[in-house]
Amino acid sequence: MKYPLIAAGLCAASMAAAEAPVLTVYAPDYFASEWGPGPGIEAGFEERCACDLQFITGDVLPRLLLEGERTEADVVIGLNTDVTLKARESGLFGTHGQDTSGLTLPIEWADDVFLPFDWSYLSFVYDNTKLENPPTSFEALLEMPDDVKIVIQDPRSSISGLGLLLWVKSVYGDDAENAWARLAPKILTVTKGWSEAYGMFTDGEADMVLSFTTSPAYHIIAEEDLTKSAAIFDEGHYVLVELAAKIATTDQPELADAFMEYVLSEEFQSMIPTSNWSYPAQLDAAKLPAQFLQLGTPEKAIFLSEQEANDVRDGALEEWRNALSQ
Amino acid sequence: MAKRLVPIKPVDGLGAVSAALILLLTLGTLAAVVTRAEGVSALRPADWAALRFTLWQAFLSASLSVLLAVPVARALARRQFFGRSALITLLGAPFILPVIVAVLGLLAVFGRSGILSTMLGWVGLPPVHIYGLHGVVLAHVFFNIPLATRLILQGWLAIPAERFRLAASLGFDNADIQRVLEWPMLRAVVPGIFMVIFLLCMTSFAVVLALGGGPKATTLELAIYQAFRFDFDLGKAALLAVIQFGLCAVVAVIAWRVATPAGMGAGLDRTVERWDTSNPVLRAQDFTVLVFATLFLLTPLVVIFLKGAGAVWTLPDVVWWSAFRSVLVALGSAALAISLSLSLALLAVKLGQKRTAGFVEGIGYLTIAASPLVVGTGLFIMIFPFARPSDLALPVTAVVNAAMSLPFALRALSPALRDIENDYGRLADSLGLSGWSRLRLLILPRMRRPLGFAAGLAAALSMGDLGVIALFADPESATLPLQMFRLMTAYRMGDAAGAALVLLALSLCLFWIFDRGGRVDADT
Repeated sequence: MKYPLIAAGLCAASMAAAEAPVLTVYAPDYFASEWGPGPGIEAGFEERCACDLQFITGDVLPRLLLEGERTEADVVIGLNTDVTLKARESGLFGTHGQDTSGLTLPIEWADDVFLPFDWSYLSFVYDNTKLENPPTSFEALLEMPDDVKIVIQDPRSSISGLGLLLWVKSVYGDDAENAWARLAPKILTVTKGWSEAYGMFTDGEADMVLSFTTSPAYHIIAEEDLTKSAAIFDEGHYVLVELAAKIATTDQPELADAFMEYVLSEEFQSMIPTSNWSYPAQLDAAKLPAQFLQLGTPEKAIFLSEQEANDVRDGALEEWRNALSQ
Repeated sequence: MAKRLVPIKPVDGLGAVSAALILLLTLGTLAAVVTRAEGVSALRPADWAALRFTLWQAFLSASLSVLLAVPVARALARRQFFGRSALITLLGAPFILPVIVAVLGLLAVFGRSGILSTMLGWVGLPPVHIYGLHGVVLAHVFFNIPLATRLILQGWLAIPAERFRLAASLGFDNADIQRVLEWPMLRAVVPGIFMVIFLLCMTSFAVVLALGGGPKATTLELAIYQAFRFDFDLGKAALLAVIQFGLCAVVAVIAWRVATPAGMGAGLDRTVERWDTSNPVLRAQDFTVLVFATLFLLTPLVVIFLKGAGAVWTLPDVVWWSAFRSVLVALGSAALAISLSLSLALLAVKLGQKRTAGFVEGIGYLTIAASPLVVGTGLFIMIFPFARPSDLALPVTAVVNAAMSLPFALRALSPALRDIENDYGRLADSLGLSGWSRLRLLILPRMRRPLGFAAGLAAALSMGDLGVIALFADPESATLPLQMFRLMTAYRMGDAAGAALVLLALSLCLFWIFDRGGRVDADT
């Protein structure tokens, strides 16, 4: 029923577009899709800015780097902590100008260029009706019988795969290669991206899948399915943070600033849990959907700064490859 | 070679334009990427390992696909039965499936909890372990047997009925026919088909990862992806792409040297009747081959159908709009693919046996060796200074998809065209048929079958291809595969399965309509 309304909204928006200034926002495809937070955020921001917000989707950072200073992007959203070093070195980004003291991240955040808008812990998701004794620590995961099969993502093509690589490296340090070797027999396969892996899990092909502690929230809220849980490990969980940033050379600096302010607003933040299925970066726990409180939460957050991550990445990748190629 | 000293005609001009366009899309985009590279980084040992694995799995996959396709094509060529035409269409489906759909379909059959493992469980056997080199090869064989079968079947159907008639009157048995008629035909068509499949498997990437079971199964294409997405090292991506081109060129030259023209001669297009295959052993053999091929190729499709059927009716409107958009892109892409491949094939035939002919045809195969990522990025670099890439999302998709299906179209058209010129060229010359009238009166009518097949293939491939969309995507004009992918990333696996079914059904429909159009009036 809502499509005619949306269509009407779109027509109105495109008529208004003739005069209204345009804020161009680069975002990953999932973000701006019909089922992501994009449409709600577009409507919400246009309400207050008297402007036309246009999403351009695709591989955000590669595209920006290709375009360089001639980019028409004013703002980007959906960058990941693991690409910020590369992004920062490009010199394309300005400061976000927001007060980050009220963030509700499990880690310290003092970056004045990249502004968090949501986050989640990496975790292994399983079906609690099938897996009787889920592991409660990484060690327990490695000790599980080899017929428990896990699907992970490739750290060379997937952000979550890379996050797992850094997670294992943080927990096991010099012993990481050995840890991977112990995990190897349980790894059913390594996929290019998250979707294939999660599809294999929901199809019953794998017992566990590398995903997020917030993944069960989708099943609980959208499908009223309580069978999916995330295993919580004593050693702590790696945190993936998604970021927004302002392009330094934007021709709409006021609008871009207003958007950065909007990112931390309660309106924006309360859209995140049930559209991006993750935790908002600045929202009191009391304002989260009740079902989010059912989710398991790790005691400890693990996070490598962009410099630390960059320093260990190549070595960790080599260890991963050696251990899994046996 | 002095038989046709005619001035350059518009038809040849088109061929040259097509060749130029393909060069621009393949080598041009590569050059564009190189211009943005900051130095070249050396290859790591892992890259060499990836190279070895790439070649080895491609070789195994292509060999098996061709070997298994020969008996299937033979059975289809020499048997008539109810539903044969529908079966031929359906058997083509795996080739046009989007990778992610096919992988989940295959796993539902061959995976740990798949049908096969379940059936093994009933008799107390352990489940199949599909992950590894054998899984990669299995998936590639699943994708490519349909293509190999169709192309080999065309070779079979191109043997004129009169040859079999003559063979029968000479008292040939099945073994004689194999030696005298079928073997020379296979010698002519198989090397080219092997090459095409080899190249396809070389640039495969998501399948290899998903079924390869880990980093042992890494292809060059993954290394290119990594260089782009994670390292943004355009120099390295370009270097890897050059290596990929080089390898493909070597394979192409080998295939070209192995192939020998069959020289079957002309016929009167009578229905082929076989007098040599009525013995019960051969019947049983063909029957078994067809049953196994059907089971292997169609079971995963049935699974995809069952998984998606429930969700199709509740799919959101946007999915149907993107389906509509995808059909338009597919039609444009098919028209373009036919124009490109026909003009290239005409030019190549016109140039006769000379080396330049091989060169012109070789250009047509370049796109298969091109990395979609490099093509997409190169196009982006070329277009960006002049236009908004997202405004051109759909046209660019159509053009790139057309270029990507060119090798298959060419594979179908060029042997047919060569035969026509060999068989009827002199007659047409003596009648003064040239240029457009030669095309209209001689070539197009005789090429209906391969043209229909090529157009259907191009349209269907274009439906399923995500191709270069990553850099050109426009959120308002998503194609169906992209929409399906979005559903998956939004956890909506059920709706995604519904979208996959729509995609499969539309691709098959497009393919069937074109292919059928090409076979109207034909008895086979």
